[in-house]
Amino acid sequence: MRYTQGEYRILNKTAIAKQIYDYTVLCPDIARIAQPGQFVHLLPKGFPLRRPISICDIDAEKGTLRFVFEVRGEGTAELARLNAGDMIDMLAPVGGRGFKINENAKRVILVGGGIGTPPMLPLAKIYGERAVAISGFRCSSMVILQDDFKEMGAKTILCTNDGSMGIKGFVTIPLIEEIEAEKPDIIFACGPRPMLKAVAEIAMENDIECQVSLEERMGCGVGACLVCSCKAIRNGQEIHAHVCQDGPVFNAKEVIW
Amino acid sequence: MADLSVNIAGVEFKNPVIPASGTFGYGREYGRFYPLSKLGGIATKGTTLESRLGNLAPRIAETPSGILNSVGLQNPGIDKFIRVELPNLMKQETVIIVNIAGSTVEEYIEVAKKLEETDAHMIELNISCPNVKEGGVAFGVSCDSAAGITAAVRKVTKKPLIVKLSPNVTDIAGIAKAVEAEGADAVSLINTLLGMRIDIRTGRPVLRNNVGGLSGKAVFPVAVRMVWQVANAVKIPVIGMGGVATANDAIELMMAGATAVQVGTAMFANPFAPIEIIDGINEYLDKNGISSVREIIGSVKSW
Ligand SMILES: Cc1cc2nc3c(=O)[nH]c(=O)nc-3n(C[C@H](O)[C@H](O)[C@H](O)COP(=O)(O)OP(=O)(O)OC[C@H]3O[C@@H](n4cnc5c(N)ncnc54)[C@H](O)[C@@H]3O)c2cc1C
Ligand SMILES: Cc1cc2nc3c(=O)[nH]c(=O)nc-3n(C[C@H](O)[C@H](O)[C@H](O)COP(=O)(O)O)c2cc1C
Ligand code: FES
Repeated sequence: MRYTQGEYRILNKTAIAKQIYDYTVLCPDIARIAQPGQFVHLLPKGFPLRRPISICDIDAEKGTLRFVFEVRGEGTAELARLNAGDMIDMLAPVGGRGFKINENAKRVILVGGGIGTPPMLPLAKIYGERAVAISGFRCSSMVILQDDFKEMGAKTILCTNDGSMGIKGFVTIPLIEEIEAEKPDIIFACGPRPMLKAVAEIAMENDIECQVSLEERMGCGVGACLVCSCKAIRNGQEIHAHVCQDGPVFNAKEVIW
Repeated sequence: MADLSVNIAGVEFKNPVIPASGTFGYGREYGRFYPLSKLGGIATKGTTLESRLGNLAPRIAETPSGILNSVGLQNPGIDKFIRVELPNLMKQETVIIVNIAGSTVEEYIEVAKKLEETDAHMIELNISCPNVKEGGVAFGVSCDSAAGITAAVRKVTKKPLIVKLSPNVTDIAGIAKAVEAEGADAVSLINTLLGMRIDIRTGRPVLRNNVGGLSGKAVFPVAVRMVWQVANAVKIPVIGMGGVATANDAIELMMAGATAVQVGTAMFANPFAPIEIIDGINEYLDKNGISSVREIIGSVKSW
């Protein structure tokens, strides 16, 4: 496969929560090959490093990709200055391993924490009514994508830490309930590391396959510079895997937390 | 179309642009953007005798116009490199420079000996890695140790030997002269400058290794100065690097005395940087009626 890097036209930009923006970009060559779990590597103009952002929707027919990001520091602030009609510098699709899809799965649970929620949406699109989408946010002002999950037909469960919307508490509460109600074939998760660890442990205890999407600081994004390492177990050996190339999606059993 | 070819220690480069060690892996990844045969050469990831895991993450931090890295020489070890990566590199129709590193003089010697039996075109002796506890930069910061390790590796290899110098020294020209005297065929510079960032919200260094090597545009003026000083001090060719991102940067470094340039950090923002630099140098030469890139090497009219 070839990598693509270039400037692509932004078709739509929407502010969907406090400091969180939703972009749709026209990039037919990328949309044709992008897979759920992969990401785009975006260059804020003038910065030394690109910013990795998960793909939130792939529309191969329209030739578009969608992604959602929160302004955290200077680079995402610069990216958020771009508007519909502007061009954005993308290297994509990147991520050597996206989510492994099992077409035959009868029931899957998607667990998204905060800004880790967007990569769950392509999975909801694939699994539709077979999916339960559990999302957790700090407070109501940060809630995103709940209508999108519903539109895909997924059972949609919302949690906030302060109880300002949905269930008060962590995503693990409804996760355990849903597992008890009916054991899923796969749990997919993306979010802060403590959340992923807790989800992975619950999956392990219940002997359920669990795929997690990890974050690490990146340079090249394609596997050449080796800066994005994370500790993992492969073939019984401890290795420093690279999130951009060996991931960003890992089987939870491979991750050393 | 101007003549872009240069010659370093008897090795012919089709153009003077080489991706820098550690930023280009073993070529496979960027080979998915463009044919590697377009490049003047490739400097491989620093390779050691045994495989190494490298340091813990985070291994990268952004800085004003640059980055800090603390990879710590993660690599599969020389045997696996020779078995799995080198055959693929040798097919790419470009000059292959194998960057080697180690903790002890003996380790450098062993690695160089193993390469002697291969077709690799050149060896780049990395005595300037700031990210490992032992060896690495420790060899590069004094004239005696730099000379000693150059002499030791020189004895076991007939391949053209490039010694990669550290900028974390007071007199880089002195070190260049010391390695030249012991048989280095060329020097390359600069490796990264030791730096540090702290996250003031947590009070923790951004890098898990606390400190790391600074590269990118931020170091470019330092690279120009050091290349100029070294080129004026030695007779062997100088390969320049440190913050080169555009053809103008490459031309500037060549005017300072570099016979070729390496490009590293710039590729993270622009994977096509080396290709654009090659095209840009050609355009510059054509526009200025210069028939060969060799005419600009060391052409600075110093005051
Ligand atoms: C595979 C992957 C997918 C991601 N998907 C999304 C997403 O869909 N939406 C979203 O809002 N965020 C996502 N992130 C996190 C996002 O990349 C960071 O929030 C962003 O890079 C911060 O940049 P900044 O300029 O705002 O912050 P700064 O603090 O100025 O960034 C400084 C440097 O640190 C890096 N950095 C800082 N925080 C992170 C982090 N959490 N992960 C990786 N690098 C970081 C930056 O890329 C930059 O190189 C993802 C991260 C990864 C690795
Ligand atoms: C992520 C990273 C890894 C590096 N690894 C090596 C290495 O293994 N061996 C080496 O000699 N230099 C290594 N370097 C240094 C570069 O080869 C180069 O000397 C330096 O980055 C300056 O050039 P630049 O500003 O164009 O990146 C590394 C640099 C970076 C950014
Ligand atoms: S970011 Fe360069 S190897 Fe992952």
